[in-house]
Amino acid sequence: MRSMRAAYVLSGVLLLSACGGIQPWVKPYERDRLADPIMVWDRDATSTEYIDHVYESREGSRGGTGSAGGGCGCN
Amino acid sequence: MRTSPLKLLQRCAMAAILSGASLLAAASDASGPAPAFTLTDLSGQSGGLSQYKGQVVMVNFWATWCGPCQQEMPLLDQMYKKYKPAGFTLIGVNVDKEAPPVKDLLARKPVSFPVLLDPTNAVSKAYHLDEMPSSVIIDRKGNIRYLHRGYRPGDENEYLDRIRQLIRE
Amino acid sequence: MQMTRAHRLLVPLAVLAALLARTVGADVLPDDRADLFYSKYSGGGMDITGESVSARKKFTENFALDYSYFVDKVSGASVDVLSQASVIKDERKQNSVTATFVHDKTTYTLSFSNSIERDYVSNTPHASLSQDMFGDLTTITLGFGRTRDKVGENDGTAFVPNVVWLGHAESRSYELGLSQILTRNWITSLEFNVITDDGYLANPYRSIRYLDPTAAKGYSLGSQIYPDTRTSTAVELRTKYYLPYRAAASLSYRYYRDTWAVVGNTFEFDYTQPIKNLWILEGRFRYYQQTHASFYSDLFPYVAAQNYEARDKDLAASNNYTIGAKATYAFLPEGWKMFKRGTATLDISEIRFKYLDFRDIKDFNDTPAGGSYAPGDEPLYHFNAIIYQVYMSMFF
Repeated sequence: MRSMRAAYVLSGVLLLSACGGIQPWVKPYERDRLADPIMVWDRDATSTEYIDHVYESREGSRGGTGSAGGGCGCN
Repeated sequence: MRTSPLKLLQRCAMAAILSGASLLAAASDASGPAPAFTLTDLSGQSGGLSQYKGQVVMVNFWATWCGPCQQEMPLLDQMYKKYKPAGFTLIGVNVDKEAPPVKDLLARKPVSFPVLLDPTNAVSKAYHLDEMPSSVIIDRKGNIRYLHRGYRPGDENEYLDRIRQLIRE
Repeated sequence: MQMTRAHRLLVPLAVLAALLARTVGADVLPDDRADLFYSKYSGGGMDITGESVSARKKFTENFALDYSYFVDKVSGASVDVLSQASVIKDERKQNSVTATFVHDKTTYTLSFSNSIERDYVSNTPHASLSQDMFGDLTTITLGFGRTRDKVGENDGTAFVPNVVWLGHAESRSYELGLSQILTRNWITSLEFNVITDDGYLANPYRSIRYLDPTAAKGYSLGSQIYPDTRTSTAVELRTKYYLPYRAAASLSYRYYRDTWAVVGNTFEFDYTQPIKNLWILEGRFRYYQQTHASFYSDLFPYVAAQNYEARDKDLAASNNYTIGAKATYAFLPEGWKMFKRGTATLDISEIRFKYLDFRDIKDFNDTPAGGSYAPGDEPLYHFNAIIYQVYMSMFF
């Protein structure tokens, strides 16, 4: 649980510092590549879910997969 | 007293939401003279803001890879056709780095308002573009009166209100 | 279903982690989509087919619903089937619904998944919140899921079943994700996931074995004894880079450890190459390695040698590597009537499993007197599995 607490604190610090003087360095009109469908983390959710299940039911590890973020940043 | 991980998580979430819940309102009254610009359109012809002095101008920044931009285009087109006789004009400033996708898109979904290309993003920078899409409404004297960030269905009503207001001035 | 018993708790969590992946960043809901999916897994004496139909629809620009139905059919006899002579035949049905709501820079998802098979029922609600900030360069995600399972054992045969319900298991998953756009071409994410389990956590179809000079084979089988709690932490770092000629490469590393002393390391590399607007080709390599659980042993010195005992190969020291290739073809690149796009995908992977302290006693269980292996000298188990996935996706 100590590692989790460190993670929470780290992300909290990162987020609060973001309110400070640093400006977003990738402008909204520079998001073209990140908006490309090939830059999505998991393009086919059914396939990802299936293959994750294949591994999780045969290995001793579980969890930690799945990310959000990226994309066009519109709206 | 040791804070439980769950409590720490909750506090972090609040900090995250508060700092991130962008205090950038979707729409705001902006001010100052609109930066002048001259860009070329798809056929190579020059066009710029100065051509439309004396008219109410809406500059809409868009890109081929931006979903909400595509959504609002037909509505912008309708608005342009309706209010053009009353002294309104709409300039679409495209921010794609390359022209071919813009050409393809406009061939499939044409619009009647002028579309100028800003591949170096000089105009985007001059207008401090911080959201895609963005629409800037400029009055007859060339001053920025209104900045709208993003697009959600229903926003076109806001545009119409502002445009009518400025036309009457 | 024997194959996946010990990790059945995780099926819904894996589902939900993937559903989390469906909430594609930023504040724009993805296109509506419907998929027809078929998969076949062959390996280790098992044949498992999976079929799924799923659909996603936006009801307003801010709200979408996702539904998927999955059926797994298992048949075969794995290396773990020692005392039952008959072939396993089982079916698992899973229904999942996810609601996604976007407001400004925040995305909320709420989902529910239900999985049923003859000897196992699982229900998982899950909630998550995703917040875009700092000019949409940073996304923070918080998630919480809870699974309640009912665990049983089929005392009869595959064709004349008799299910005895053994107990319940409950699992809670806490997720924290941080995604950061580093450059115009580069995005990285970090995810922390703590999972705690409680209740009946063993696979009822597995047995331990212990040295027994009185037995013909030199060993006898016995019941596993599992702890009734388990807490794990997983940290995954993923990074994806856009290559200038239009391709994407990604690397990921996951570190896992739990209170059963299993430590797992996962490395994965992915390369995506689109060809014009028609094809997307993808190559994938994955390597996984784990240490054994503290109470795991292939052969105990005598019955009840430890407080907890397991011989489930999922908890053995092992490694595996996967090579996969995937090709997606847009048969409707520009759409047709109400469809914006239609694609067909074929994905083939091969996984090679190698166990470092789990021995193959099914194929090598002759008695020592017959001149074969002494208990504990049987060859270490290894097997290969091939997985085919074929699916059609319509976007509208």
